[in-house]
Amino acid sequence: MSFIDLIQILDSTIRLSTPLLLACLAGLFSERAGIFDIGLEGKMLMAAFFSAAVAAMTGSVWLGLLAGIASSLALSALHGLASISFRGNQLISGVAINFLAAGITVLIAQDWFQQGGRTPSLMGGGRFTPVTLPFADALAGVPILGPIYAELLSGHSVLVYFAFLAVPATWFVLFRTRFGLRLRAVGENPAAVDTAGVSVVRLRYAAVMICGVLCGVAGAYLATALQAGFVKDMTAGRGFIALAALIFAKWRPWHALYACLLFGLLQAVALRYQNIDLGGVVIPVQAMDALPYILTVIILAGFVGKAIPPKAGGEPYVKER
Amino acid sequence: MDKMPRWADVVLIPLISLILAAILSALVILFIGEDPVAAVKLMVTGALGSTYGWGYTLYYATNFMFTGLAVAVAFHARLFNIGGEGQAMLGGLGVALICLMVPWPHWSFALVGAVGASMLFGALWAVIPAYLQAARGSHIVITTIMFNFIAAALLNYFLVNLLRPVGSMDPASARFPEAVHLPTLHELLAPLGISFSKAAPANVSLLVAIAACFLVWALIWRTRLGYEIRAYGHSQTAARYAGISPMRITVVTMVISGGLAGLMAVNNVMGEAERLVMNATEGAGFIGIAVALMGRSHPFGVFIAALLFGFLYQGGAELALWTSIPRELIVVIQALVILFTGALDNMVRMPLERMFLAIGRRRRDRGEGAPLPRPTPAPLDKKE
Repeated sequence: MSFIDLIQILDSTIRLSTPLLLACLAGLFSERAGIFDIGLEGKMLMAAFFSAAVAAMTGSVWLGLLAGIASSLALSALHGLASISFRGNQLISGVAINFLAAGITVLIAQDWFQQGGRTPSLMGGGRFTPVTLPFADALAGVPILGPIYAELLSGHSVLVYFAFLAVPATWFVLFRTRFGLRLRAVGENPAAVDTAGVSVVRLRYAAVMICGVLCGVAGAYLATALQAGFVKDMTAGRGFIALAALIFAKWRPWHALYACLLFGLLQAVALRYQNIDLGGVVIPVQAMDALPYILTVIILAGFVGKAIPPKAGGEPYVKER
Repeated sequence: MDKMPRWADVVLIPLISLILAAILSALVILFIGEDPVAAVKLMVTGALGSTYGWGYTLYYATNFMFTGLAVAVAFHARLFNIGGEGQAMLGGLGVALICLMVPWPHWSFALVGAVGASMLFGALWAVIPAYLQAARGSHIVITTIMFNFIAAALLNYFLVNLLRPVGSMDPASARFPEAVHLPTLHELLAPLGISFSKAAPANVSLLVAIAACFLVWALIWRTRLGYEIRAYGHSQTAARYAGISPMRITVVTMVISGGLAGLMAVNNVMGEAERLVMNATEGAGFIGIAVALMGRSHPFGVFIAALLFGFLYQGGAELALWTSIPRELIVVIQALVILFTGALDNMVRMPLERMFLAIGRRRRDRGEGAPLPRPTPAPLDKKE
């Protein structure tokens, strides 16, 4: 493998990690507040469709992004209604949201565009274009560092940079602000937060809504930056890989970044090579596909450190108890 | 404290949830510019108007009975088995291996063999998450989701690299031999003088599914193990105090649940496709969640809900054929059913409960009527 190959693989790692990272941080906010969310996949899918549809119709990718975020927020509100207001089962609500998104996106796509459940290909202003970082062209000739800067770091869409900047932002919000402290507390011991006179319901809704916004950006990235348009089931399990990454990262923002980069790398390698020949032993491509899930099961089983979820996760808060 | 009468809990709440889901589905159909009444008519004639339609409806229903029972059994121990899809995939692998490797003399022997193999493979795929939950505390919902993906990759590997016949490009196993062909309803009913569509895939596994409903009912309500499973589901601490081992119950329940999900392969792989193809399960493992929720985890309820979903699936296919409504409408309906009967259960339940309590109070004030009986709590409503 040459240096250029390596740069290309890492470049596609960054692009493939971005939706995982956004969805993973989305899940981080929700689960840190004690709301399990296995509906990340559905929210991403919904946002992917609406962002591509609106971008195709208006020609503006920014309007598309807004539509994607709005549709993802609508599903978040539904999840909040079911799991916070009506104290329903959060896992079942997540399952329902995934199916709702899988069905309704194709239904509306067929009605609006008649192209077998996809949107028209996005062109021009309908897509996020690569951003060239300053001096990228000038520095491209510098050996080693030049290609790393010009090829690897520069030339991604603005959402990629947003996703990577969201990591320190998430860390700061969760661990350095009063809101973050309360949000984490509500995921561990909601009764204590309630006793302190802070609304558990409002905090949890806030967390679920932040989750919706980030999933919306993730979905819009998939349909308007990574690919040019929406196709049926285009999230392809990314929401669940993000969930796996979240557990792998043990619900911490910086570790979420590392986990998503690792899983993105696995996807990039699986995309580029079919079967990997390691001197006699051939690793089939299916093993690469399954690796994120296998790693997560191992982590969950506590064989490599213990993954302890937020204590009040998954439990509806009942005030009068 | 007084509670709602049992019939309200078992019949009224699912019914109201279903009506809510139906109203929303009708709105969705209106929104995409189609006529809901015409759609329902088309679905009814398509799914129930001919023995061909019935044959497909019953075929789908058979799948959903198995996966619905799988989810329902786990619900009784308050375990959420979301991995029915992966367990059914593995069941398919078991069926394919045993049908291709063993020279069966007659389909009846092959059926017994396939039932065993599919249950074994499905159970194997469920026992690891069960053990990890019981021994290491890893959340069974997350592990079973992960196992769905691992199953898909594993099956992909088997089909592409091992089971694919030489020279075939299609990632599918070879056709099963003629001897393991399961009789369809056409062949079963012909000696009785009943003519049934030849083309429809409903087959003898329907009887296996109905038998499974009875066996699960007997297991849950008529055996010591079933009692232990329910006790564990109601209160883990009480069950532990009564000497019921959480480890044993979790593993045994998931083995039964995974076995039932795997059993679905007898219908779709052996009965219909007669070879193992990629994505043979077609999401039936997930529909089991909706079926179990709607059927209130009771085998009879699962039976009815599976028939309903069988109708929806066949009707939806007809809709996609004759109108511009895509098949995905069924996925939306399925989502709405899960939403209303599962996640938003309290939205329907709380106002109804208040209503019944008010009626009960008024009756008592007038000095008549016995206190209302206690309903059995729905599974998974709240942790203790």
